[in-house]
Amino acid sequence: MGLLEAIILAVLAASTPLLIAATGELVTERAGVLNLGVEGMMIVGAACGFGGAWLTGSTIIGALCGMVAGTLLSLIFAMMTLGLAVNQVATGLALTILGIGLSGLIGARFVGEKITTAPHLYIPGLTDIPLAGRILFGEDAFVYLSLALVIGVWLFLYRTRAGLVLRACGDNHVSAHALGYPVLRIRMFAVMFGGACAGLAGAYLPLAYTPFFIPGMTAGRGWIALALVVFSSWRPARLVVGAYLFGAVTILQLHAQGAGLGIPSQFMSALPYLATVIVLVLISRARTGGSTAPAALGTVFVPDR
Amino acid sequence: MRKILIATMAVMLTAGASLFGASAADKLKVGFIYLGPIGDLGWTYQHELARQALVKEFGDKIETTYLENVSEGPDSERSIEQLARAGNKLIFTTSFGYMEPTLKVAKKYPNVHFEHATGYKRDKNMSTYSGRFYEGRYIQGIIAAKMTKAGVLGYIGSFPIPEVISGINATILGAQTINPNIKVKIIWANSWFDPGKEADAAKALLDQGADVIMQHTDSPAAMQVASERGKLAFGQDSEMIKFGPKSQLTSIMDNWAPYYIARVKAELDGTWKSEDDWGGLKSKMVVMAPYTNMPDDVKKLAMDTEAAITEGKLFPFKCPVVGQDGKEVECKGGDHLADGQILGMNFYVKGIDDKIPGK
Repeated sequence: MGLLEAIILAVLAASTPLLIAATGELVTERAGVLNLGVEGMMIVGAACGFGGAWLTGSTIIGALCGMVAGTLLSLIFAMMTLGLAVNQVATGLALTILGIGLSGLIGARFVGEKITTAPHLYIPGLTDIPLAGRILFGEDAFVYLSLALVIGVWLFLYRTRAGLVLRACGDNHVSAHALGYPVLRIRMFAVMFGGACAGLAGAYLPLAYTPFFIPGMTAGRGWIALALVVFSSWRPARLVVGAYLFGAVTILQLHAQGAGLGIPSQFMSALPYLATVIVLVLISRARTGGSTAPAALGTVFVPDR
Repeated sequence: MRKILIATMAVMLTAGASLFGASAADKLKVGFIYLGPIGDLGWTYQHELARQALVKEFGDKIETTYLENVSEGPDSERSIEQLARAGNKLIFTTSFGYMEPTLKVAKKYPNVHFEHATGYKRDKNMSTYSGRFYEGRYIQGIIAAKMTKAGVLGYIGSFPIPEVISGINATILGAQTINPNIKVKIIWANSWFDPGKEADAAKALLDQGADVIMQHTDSPAAMQVASERGKLAFGQDSEMIKFGPKSQLTSIMDNWAPYYIARVKAELDGTWKSEDDWGGLKSKMVVMAPYTNMPDDVKKLAMDTEAAITEGKLFPFKCPVVGQDGKEVECKGGDHLADGQILGMNFYVKGIDDKIPGK
């Protein structure tokens, strides 16, 4: 395996959890709900995902457990912000604190246990193609699922009526309501989708990345996913670019250090974040008129019957 | 975030206890500040084991509280002060980055005794303690040089602080006794605890041709990557053989329990004094995990080296120590470097083909 191939494989793996979590959050935000609890839902997804896989020995059941756990947690958020019209920012932050605590509680009995990592695909013939084979057909299934997920979300948002309605809820919930769409129910589904994705992204870490559970193992990836949504200016295609760019800088800085390039490692560790800031500035400069954020993002909606 | 919750609960609990139970006042309250979660299986876990040993040793004579996940820096000052205000008379702050905050709080609370791990600043009510981990690193260097086929070692650092740098130097000095041309690749994670990043760093090192991995970060992620790739690695802080049954050569284990028990005993007896305790293999503050996955002659060599260091016959930093610039480092400790020189080490020894970041 060549160095380049190894680097690309590492980048794919590092970017995948970010991409999955950010895709979910993108849909949530497109419906007008800002859920800052991604980190919390991810870490609970990691704990439950590991638990499921450890108890049953099945990666798929682990992934499902992570998704269910993330969804359940997001339902608490939906109940608070949609049902009771509580401030979304405060509730999201509380959800993260809750999630970190809850994952420690759930995961306490799994600490120190070990599972086998998710199997890597092997398609005879295709996977053996030099260079591209391992990358296109030889990673774990999550990597390819995450890309399918983004494509699916893109098709849904821009090519279906339901997607149009969802975006309408995010841009002007009063109008959507006046047209007779159930804004709160649509937002609830969007929040649940975001929760399921965050849970899956969290579960990816113990299932495919480092096959053990340790409290706090998401180490801030949920926050990066949130930043990526802004970075992408709420567009799925840019999200893919952003996630892989972030993953690439993260991995390349490690390689640059190992190769002894002599650039201070503190600077290199800051690089992915620096790159995010620069791209954000470029995007906002290139933007032609108006904000790209969903207009009703983060505002509560109380229907006046 | 979580620590705030725990801290609030701790404060509430202690407040409740002082209202309802007179017995609580008779107990010595001992507080702990942890860097990571207690389940990190590494650094914090070892401190937690020692705390549990305290509870077992002293039973209801003491009452312990811990705050976990306390990040280093100014944030930690609040947490330390919280413990002091809650009536803890002896407070262990268990990471290098708590040094200044601990010092500040110690000045504010002269009647509370503080114990700071791995730092170098003391006060009349603030002791420091640390392990001579570099002794174990020297042994690891010897083993690594014997076991590597590529002649390239991979080293995952956390932050370029003296403790970590002296560890890298000790490793290389040990390795050079076997192979003077040994190479080391160093990657700084700039984090003590981020399993994903530690795993990525280990992968990068292996991809770049290193075949023995050593780490100064806190999770078993690197060990697990080595195991997956069929390469060798050293554990860190605690026993990690579970994550690399065919990979772990040994592990430097921190054993804080004897020290904690001695200090709490001193506090109970009223004989606590500000001290600087730097224990190594001899005082068993540093313990080596069983030597595994190596041929018998390497194992014997490792055990002989361990015995020589324990008996005080061998010093990892014995003079002359030559820096990267080719100049001999001044020898302040007789025939080996003085403790102060090791505690403040900010240079690489000759043979390391890299620069300390930010220097």
